[in-house]
Amino acid sequence: MSGFPVLTLLTVLPLVGAAIALWSGKHARGVAIITTGACVALALFIWTRVPANGAIGLVELHPGWVPSLGIEYHLGVDGLGALMLVLSAIVTLMSVDAAHRVHHQPGLYFGLVLVLESGLFGSFTALNFFHWFLFWELSLIPAFFLIKLWGGKKRGPAATQFFVYTMAGSVALLVAFLAVFVATRSMDFPHLTLLASTGELEEMVTARLGPVMMWLAVGVLAGFAVKVPMFPFHTWLPAAYAEAPTPVTMLLTGAMSKMGVYGLLRIAVPLFGHQIAQMRTPLLVLAVATVVMGAWAAAAQKDLKRVFAYSSVNHLGYCLLGIFALAVPYSLGDAGQLASQAAALNGVILQMFNHGVTAAALFWFVALLQQRTGGHRGIDDFGGLRKPAPVFAGLMGIALFSSLGLPGLNGFVGEFLIFRGVFSLAWVASTVSILGLLVTAAVILTVIQKVFSGPVPEHCKGFPDLHTGERMALAPVIGLMLLVGLLPQLIVNSVNPTVQNLLAHWRF
Amino acid sequence: MNYTDLFRVTLPETILEISALLVLVVDLGLLRKAALNVRLAAAALLGVAGCGAALWAIGNQVGFGLYVDGNLVLANGGTAAVAQCGILLLTALTLLLLFDAVFTKHIGEFVAVVLMAAAGGLLISAAQDLLVIFIGLELLSLGLYILTAFAKSSGKSAEAAMKYYLFGGMSAAFLLFGFSYLYGLSGSTNLYWIQGNIAEAGASPLLYVAWILIVAGLGFKVAVVPFHLWAPDTYEGAPASAAAFIASVSKVASFALLLTIGRNLLMPGGPIGGQSQVVERILSEIYVAWQPLGVILLLVAAASMIVGNLAALAQSSVRRLLAYSAIAHAGYILLGIATQPHYSGQGSAFQFFLGTTAPWRMSSDAVLFYVLTYGLTTIGAFGVVAVVERATGSDKLDSFLGLHKRNPVLAGALLVLFLSLAGIPPLVGFWAKFNLFAAVLSEHAGTVPFALVCLAIAMSAVSLFYYLQVLKRAYVMPAVDESHIKVHPVVMAVLVGIAAAVILLGVFPTLLGNWIERF
Amino acid sequence: MLAWTIYLSFAGALIEALLPKGKAMHARCVALAVAVAGLAIAVSGFIFGMGRGRVVLIDVPWVPAMGIHYLLAADGISRVLVLLTGLAAVAGVLFSWNIELRTNEFFAFFLALIGGVYGVFLSFDLFLLFVFYEIAIVPKYFLIAIWGSTRREYAAMKLALYSFVGSAMVLIGLLAAYAASGSHSTGLIALGHANLPVSSQMWLFPLVFVGFGILAGMWPFHTWAPTGHVAAPTAASMLLAGVVMKLGAYGCLRVAIGLFPRGLDPWGFSIIGVGSWRDVFAVLAVVGIVYGALVALAQTDFKFVIGYSSVSHMGFVLLGLVTLNQIGVTGAVLQMFSHGVIAGLLFAIVGRIVYERTHTRQLAELGPMHLSRRIPFAAWAFVIAGIASMGLPGFSGFVAEFQVLVGAWIAKPWWTLAAGLGIVVGVAYTWRAMQKAFFSDAPQTAHGLEQEHKHPFAALTWPEITGTVLLASVSLVVGLYPKILLDAIEPAVAALLAGGGR
Repeated sequence: MSGFPVLTLLTVLPLVGAAIALWSGKHARGVAIITTGACVALALFIWTRVPANGAIGLVELHPGWVPSLGIEYHLGVDGLGALMLVLSAIVTLMSVDAAHRVHHQPGLYFGLVLVLESGLFGSFTALNFFHWFLFWELSLIPAFFLIKLWGGKKRGPAATQFFVYTMAGSVALLVAFLAVFVATRSMDFPHLTLLASTGELEEMVTARLGPVMMWLAVGVLAGFAVKVPMFPFHTWLPAAYAEAPTPVTMLLTGAMSKMGVYGLLRIAVPLFGHQIAQMRTPLLVLAVATVVMGAWAAAAQKDLKRVFAYSSVNHLGYCLLGIFALAVPYSLGDAGQLASQAAALNGVILQMFNHGVTAAALFWFVALLQQRTGGHRGIDDFGGLRKPAPVFAGLMGIALFSSLGLPGLNGFVGEFLIFRGVFSLAWVASTVSILGLLVTAAVILTVIQKVFSGPVPEHCKGFPDLHTGERMALAPVIGLMLLVGLLPQLIVNSVNPTVQNLLAHWRF
Repeated sequence: MNYTDLFRVTLPETILEISALLVLVVDLGLLRKAALNVRLAAAALLGVAGCGAALWAIGNQVGFGLYVDGNLVLANGGTAAVAQCGILLLTALTLLLLFDAVFTKHIGEFVAVVLMAAAGGLLISAAQDLLVIFIGLELLSLGLYILTAFAKSSGKSAEAAMKYYLFGGMSAAFLLFGFSYLYGLSGSTNLYWIQGNIAEAGASPLLYVAWILIVAGLGFKVAVVPFHLWAPDTYEGAPASAAAFIASVSKVASFALLLTIGRNLLMPGGPIGGQSQVVERILSEIYVAWQPLGVILLLVAAASMIVGNLAALAQSSVRRLLAYSAIAHAGYILLGIATQPHYSGQGSAFQFFLGTTAPWRMSSDAVLFYVLTYGLTTIGAFGVVAVVERATGSDKLDSFLGLHKRNPVLAGALLVLFLSLAGIPPLVGFWAKFNLFAAVLSEHAGTVPFALVCLAIAMSAVSLFYYLQVLKRAYVMPAVDESHIKVHPVVMAVLVGIAAAVILLGVFPTLLGNWIERF
Repeated sequence: MLAWTIYLSFAGALIEALLPKGKAMHARCVALAVAVAGLAIAVSGFIFGMGRGRVVLIDVPWVPAMGIHYLLAADGISRVLVLLTGLAAVAGVLFSWNIELRTNEFFAFFLALIGGVYGVFLSFDLFLLFVFYEIAIVPKYFLIAIWGSTRREYAAMKLALYSFVGSAMVLIGLLAAYAASGSHSTGLIALGHANLPVSSQMWLFPLVFVGFGILAGMWPFHTWAPTGHVAAPTAASMLLAGVVMKLGAYGCLRVAIGLFPRGLDPWGFSIIGVGSWRDVFAVLAVVGIVYGALVALAQTDFKFVIGYSSVSHMGFVLLGLVTLNQIGVTGAVLQMFSHGVIAGLLFAIVGRIVYERTHTRQLAELGPMHLSRRIPFAAWAFVIAGIASMGLPGFSGFVAEFQVLVGAWIAKPWWTLAAGLGIVVGVAYTWRAMQKAFFSDAPQTAHGLEQEHKHPFAALTWPEITGTVLLASVSLVVGLYPKILLDAIEPAVAALLAGGGR
């Protein structure tokens, strides 16, 4: 389809903004806000232009980048991709908004943030492995430096661990994917999905390389397992989230973690569905472990950022749960199964969006807490904030309840759909995961109790409430949470066709 | 035999002798009261003129041989001509290096002895009869002993000459003894007849004894292991010009002789019998392709390559380093000589033994090329060493420190010459080695020649180390004394000329190769 | 036309040797002019050669009796490598702008080395190739021995001897091949047609491959490389790691694989899974990749990290060569180009930009200096160079390693896994070095603070900036649009694999 290359524009726009921001010094934040705002608008526009039948649209295809290696310039989005674009844009805007006081080299800071945004856009629109991998790996660089140069006390080891861990996973992914390339001479996601859906992919791989398909699946899964993260490859996350400057944590949890889940949905499951189905049980165990362990660990933390970091692990675990649960082979005459799968997948996608927004918002509030109390962020450092800052408490409360999964807020919808689907597909896993829900509830309520009620400690006495600017910035976010919570069909209606389309092509 | 023929054939030698006498007359008579450098110049130039005249004489008479009773006694083409021209050129260069020499006042005598020794060398290159060979050899050797002792104020010179003389006398005796056995076995002193008669009679233990004695005698002349012990002392003690002469001219003559003998006397032998299977297989492989003399030569060559290179590693005196490297180079050359194919009975035997026909062209051409260019390079090397010695008082490695600052042109010449000796392209030393090894492998395919070529190349790699030691001192390490080193313009011209020739011949080796082939 | 790169370089060397001492600026200008001219010729030769396959530049009989010709020709592989040499030459001159000691002699040796390298890449006669190969040894020795740093004399001698031994092995192979093929000619094309018996190829191949492999830094003959790179002055390290090691790899490809392809066939028996020379060298290559990376991880001297990383990257090249398939060998050639540029950049930053100012290469000492604040250009340039070195997509290293890995998959999967491990360790050591040297959080010592105020770092000079930008942008351009080079390399590789030197 020829037309204006919107997707390329979207990817390039933040890069241009980054170049400008680098030289803008003090005004870098303003430049960044304008750029990210424009990106939000463009992303929304793209979202409205996605084909209604769930297929991939807005395609830009220029073959001949490196023909001998199957590398083409191929971009496109379906409902899933577009939603991720919107999410990334929104979260980046939030992150930039939250970064009030960047004293040290603001030009570089906002430049790196914008480059990271470009990386996100690039990986969500790519339909060729080379392009996708380029942005997947390249986005690690700005993330690393953002943690390393502006982070907390233990930022060095945290940043390095984050980087090396993720890169190791990427290399495993690369090596495995190369085998696929060797067998099929193609790096094109839609083409490979088509091959996989008829079983041809497995035949080609086995013919060319022997019975290595399972190993390839493991390799690919390893790469994503580190990124999402999945237990037990999650150990890099708490340190990285905690040591990163909080606005950067917003980006990490809001958008970057979704790259991993997106990758699973775009690459791992379509290509290796059969292998995943064969490994379903151990994978489900790991997913459940992620859910439960994430919640449990969150309960044990004293640092608010770590609490929410582990809570993120927990929430992403639900996504994993949903994905692995729906990996059941198609059985003729079981319409219910298809419905459950659709529900689970819808839930996963929704959860990606909702968690992104909610977690970003939560960390934003933590940033505000830090700013107003001179850097404190321990759970026990606060108390009774309901009195001096009721609006703050109210808005943060909404975000917290959304994270908990209260019906009426956005966090509920995704989790509900996931459980609805998983219960009929893997009732043991879903039952155990309910534990996660319960513990999360306990954690959130504890946070609310400790931060908002009780006696007010000394350093919080003069805690100022949200001023107008902040209220105006936060209001849309909270509003979005309520909107999606009350009217989920706004998103589901555009996501569902994509879900049906995806399921039609997945072969377990 | 016709005295006219004798005169015509020996014209070059005669010219040299006359020049020698002329030099003596001029120096002792006319210029008796003149200053040293005038006498030097006169003697040297006269000597060079004599060499030039002799060269002309050679050019005039290619193709004539000297026959006595129908037997060829002195050849005049092929190997002989090439070697003789080479000897004369190298002698001239050696004489030119005399300028600035301070080791003696008896210049006339020195030059005269040089010329007479050169005449002996000419004889050896052309000789085809055992007695003539011996005469020439003695003429050359006696001259060399005297030259070695010429620096009367140096104790080292006398000691070296004494060693050289004693050693040389002994090996001459061996040689003569071996010759006598050959005569006894074949009934003739003419190489051609010896070859024929012995081929008929077949191998016998006495023959092997004769070979060994001959190899001992000749091996001494070219300084190969284990007859090399005189070389380091002589190279170190003799005055520079004499050392240059020994290292170049006598080598050329001796190797030409070895080529002649080797070509003529290599003959089919047979396994001695009684060895174990493995030994017999190896021996038979050797014996099929090689002859007994060849085996002995191969062993000597291998030993020389190894000992020469390894011993050079340990030297701190550059002259001794050059001596050991000369031993190593002699080993390479001997490898080429030992691998000449034998006369197969086709074509003119006469032509074959003169060295004017294929199939042996390739390896003997390669040997001649190597010897000539090696001689040239060595003269240059000794010239540089002499200059540095005179300026710093010693030839130790450390006297070369900072040479690039003290005289960049001299250092440049040193660089070129030593790298050529190491075998670095695009200098002629590399081509000479390559040519030689290619010839060896082309003539004889099999594990033994291949293994020896591998050994030679490996030892070449070792040699780079010690040559670099000298160059390191000249270019890399900081200087101790930075004063300029003055060099006599003639000497400098000669050194630069030699270096330029080394580069030129290295890039265009066919210039020399084609000339050699023509004979 | 391309042959002029050789002649100009040697002429330049001669001019430099004759220049009067003491006028360093003249020497630099002459050198830069010659290097830029060489690069211009290389680029134009590359552009004109696009799509033309093998072009003979000059064919003159040299020693007719032995069939030796002065034969220069260029195919796609040669053009790419000549281009690399041009880039390395210009960058090397730029980064040696500050040399004051015996400047004209430095550039004389430098240009002589460059001339020899051009010669090797353009020679299509085996003898001529060997001559140029050996010519390159002596300038290397002097460059390191005179202008080097740590243990320079030892390193120079070690390098010279290792190279010489390697070339001795090649000489033996050359002589044997010449003799075995009937002693008619030493031309690569002719020898390729000679169809030597398989038994000869079986031992000639490993001999020549190892001979060239020594210079390519093949494990376990690589020990000269880290010592040599560290001891050499910056420009020499850039050339050594960037171009000279590629001479060895090029020789492996053009001579060993090109002339003795049957030497890679299976032996018929196998010992612990190794059943042919191909397996043997693949194992050595993989060991080199992983070993080089692991040792780099443990180094305390910045330059040693880069030195060992060169060994590791060259392992990729060798692995690609022995895969013997189109993609793998293409990747190897591309990696030669890519690593040449990247290694040059890395050494330039570490040696010239950092060391000249800080006078130390110890990571522990560099950390407290907070270099990211004091010379940010160096820090960010190193980040880019490091990313490229790690093989992150977007830079040339990724495409090259990608292709080598694919080639390895096609040949033998377990090689790919081991190589992948090497990549991961590569990430680790690069990141470690970068962190410790530039972005360390170690507090500055009081002495360091004092030094900073009294002796601030010299400002960046234009040659440094130009050189860095040149190399970084080349790597970036090739990374994003590798087709430029691949279009030249692929047909040449196909021809070589199909016809053994034809």
